[in-house]
Amino acid sequence: MTQLATETVNQIPSSDSAPLLEIRDLEVGFRTQRGIVPAVRGVSLTLYPGQTLAIVGESGSGKTTTAQAIIKLLAGTGQVTAGQILFEGRDLTTLTAAEMQNVRGRQIGYVPQDPMSNLNPVWNIGFQVAEAIRANSDLRGKALKQRTIEVLQEAGLSDAADRLKQYPHQFSGGMRQRVLIGIGLSARPKLLIADEPTSALDVTVQRQILDHLATLTRDYGTSVLFITHDLGLAAERAEQLVVMYKGRVVESGPSQEILSNPQHPYTQRLVAAAPSLASRRIQSKKNEDAPATEIFSAGGTDTALIRRATERELAASGKDLISVEGITKMYRIRKSGLRYTELLAVNDVSFGVKKGTTTAIVGESGSGKSTVAKLILQLESTTSGRIEFDGQDVAGLTGRDLLKFRRRVQPVFQDPYGSLDPQYNVGNTIAEPLLAHKIGTKKERQKRVLELLDQVSLPASTQFRYPSELSGGQRQRIAIARALALKPDVLVLDEAVSALDVLVQGQILNLLTELQTELGLTYLFITHDLAVVRLVADNVCVMQKGRIVEAASTDEVFDNPHEVYTQELLAAIPGANFEFGR
Amino acid sequence: MLWYTGKRLLQMIPVFFGATFLIYFMVFSLPGDPIAALYGERPPSPAVIAQIRAEYNLDRPFIVQYLLYIGNFFQGDLGTTYSGRSVSDVMASAFPITARLAMLALAFEALFGILVGLIAGLRKGKLFDASALVVSLLLISVPTFVIGFVLQFVFGVQLDWARTTVSGAAPWDQLILPALVLASVSFAYIVRLTRASVSDNLNADFVRTATAKGLSRPRVVTVHVLRNSLVPVITFLGVDIGSLMVGAIVTEGIFNINGVGGTVFKAIRLGEGPTVVSFIAVMVVIFVLANLLVDLLYAALDPRIRYAK
Repeated sequence: MTQLATETVNQIPSSDSAPLLEIRDLEVGFRTQRGIVPAVRGVSLTLYPGQTLAIVGESGSGKTTTAQAIIKLLAGTGQVTAGQILFEGRDLTTLTAAEMQNVRGRQIGYVPQDPMSNLNPVWNIGFQVAEAIRANSDLRGKALKQRTIEVLQEAGLSDAADRLKQYPHQFSGGMRQRVLIGIGLSARPKLLIADEPTSALDVTVQRQILDHLATLTRDYGTSVLFITHDLGLAAERAEQLVVMYKGRVVESGPSQEILSNPQHPYTQRLVAAAPSLASRRIQSKKNEDAPATEIFSAGGTDTALIRRATERELAASGKDLISVEGITKMYRIRKSGLRYTELLAVNDVSFGVKKGTTTAIVGESGSGKSTVAKLILQLESTTSGRIEFDGQDVAGLTGRDLLKFRRRVQPVFQDPYGSLDPQYNVGNTIAEPLLAHKIGTKKERQKRVLELLDQVSLPASTQFRYPSELSGGQRQRIAIARALALKPDVLVLDEAVSALDVLVQGQILNLLTELQTELGLTYLFITHDLAVVRLVADNVCVMQKGRIVEAASTDEVFDNPHEVYTQELLAAIPGANFEFGR
Repeated sequence: MLWYTGKRLLQMIPVFFGATFLIYFMVFSLPGDPIAALYGERPPSPAVIAQIRAEYNLDRPFIVQYLLYIGNFFQGDLGTTYSGRSVSDVMASAFPITARLAMLALAFEALFGILVGLIAGLRKGKLFDASALVVSLLLISVPTFVIGFVLQFVFGVQLDWARTTVSGAAPWDQLILPALVLASVSFAYIVRLTRASVSDNLNADFVRTATAKGLSRPRVVTVHVLRNSLVPVITFLGVDIGSLMVGAIVTEGIFNINGVGGTVFKAIRLGEGPTVVSFIAVMVVIFVLANLLVDLLYAALDPRIRYAK
């Protein structure tokens, strides 16, 4: 990977060749009842043949809108209001619909973001690929079918011939993305626009697919315009970066230069917050933070740090707050008739969590990590095994004891949009657990709500607002405040920051760390993102196919992973191995 | 799929018995004496009444009547009307007419409904769309008999393009105007359904991707928008087959067509158990088959739907 990245970086385009794509002062707006709302404001960028350029920015930065403007596929009322998009010297904004049809697919390929929704569910895969080839070539009949199989094989589906008649829902996300990449490259376009092509996929799949894409585009000499929110990914995959913020380009240039020496404050924040890039930096921070002896020897005077370190040491010597012994969860999946197949979602998993520490459970989708969370929260019952909380077996808890347990162990879920009731204002949402457990009077609850809002750094006025009026980060803060309402000992955070933009993610992680120090909380952190684990966890359990394949302290797992699977996961973190001078 | 179809066909058995039993029971419990109604002002002698009652098994308990009826039904004897005609004869003359009428109506509403709905969906917010919405609202809110009389007056009387009433044999060409009337309400629903579905699908990611592949606009619209949009429309059409067969009463009345609707209506008034039950039983079968057809079409249109054995 490192090799690949440096190789592409060294491939500096000859400046004498004419640019393939040149965007000049592009402005795109969306028509609304209150006039045109600008989404892209004066963006300029240049892409040379054979080059890869990445546009990086958070959601709402206008990066996707820019990409869609190039092939005239702006959503809804979007329109180019000013500027030029020169593709091989021809201004695409002035082309007619018929002329544009010849550009799309044939000269500019497009790989969309979400493999789940970008293939038509009612047509088989072969049809959808053949249709793209047919539109851009003269191949028909047998030759068309042959080419369809070829395209899919090139995209990495080796058994393509047998699967032409299958439908999208019979393909996994990664395979669908391969199909989409195959379609995008089927006519050997000069330019490929890849809009977050892998953000919906697991890291290891992401890596395979991006490696494959890189090989294909290099072989064909295709230029790639890569749209992503992930700075690490962009740096690793593109030699040129364009950083967008609120519809403007705030910084552009060679990737290495921007990462090592970001000029614009936004880029600086992005670089600092990107967990995938910061793995080394955070490691040093952890070093100051975690092993108490080092802090003392370094003459650290930060009392909070010392206090925390001592607490940790104390905690480490103590008993496990949560102790999981050989838990197994079997799901029976109904097949035809009365027959069932058994799915072992969690298979003989054991680990312990000490008070005041953070244990991360890492794994790809389907690894069983979320099931472990559900079992510990007693939302589902274990098939076998034992879960002890504070020395007590939680499996048999009923009634009052179960309520007591729930008060002490609270969940925070992934989707801050889905886990808050849109009809409840924030104050009611936070007070609801108190009400459910019949704690305090109305006035006391009111006071507690304000206290909690303050703890998650939200203004008191937030209590009268509704979820739809808040940003993703604010909503996740509220979800955390709600979880804290009952003064729990343990928070089970199931992908709690995965849906957030990188800067917001950083803020929430900081908040969680502060709260842990302040309230002595114990975290069980479920995530697929190893980079995040690096920032927050003391111990890591790596799960694969229902089993824990590796369990150790975070430093050990990151610096000296024993298992091949863990090594793969680590290597797949975008930008993890990207060398940048600092 | 074969298994599924077989299972669904087997399910028709209890539905058939349940429906016929219920209807028989309801006709049985209708107030009034059918024989008295038949003879009107001058009731016959008690002996004659007793004879007729015995002939039609009206003197036996309800359950026996029902079982006798069912027994005969499976021997192909659907009984006779009180006027002495065999019910199978009545059916043979009434059903084809109504079936023709319903098929024509179905063809009209499917063809024009989907076409208008598609164009409206593609031009959402434009003049065509707005007019389509207003017209469909009108068709939904104005009762069928009003639409029927208006069309009858305009096309039949003033323009003299079509006959105001349909002759006994009810040939296809004479059924066009009644079919348009019968189709009007469903047409309006299909326009709205297709329009909503099309405008939803237009914004789907896979439609954008299809355009990005370099496909022409007509191809994107027909292959990727229309097919996906047809799933809910097909469901509606399937259910509508049944209601068109039954709901033709008003239209048949206006255009004086001797179809199923009129016959059943008359039979209910006379309390002719066998006639009502036989007609309804056939309708139930048509309903169930139409629903099965819809479910199978569903699977054909959307490969994600696969029926378990």
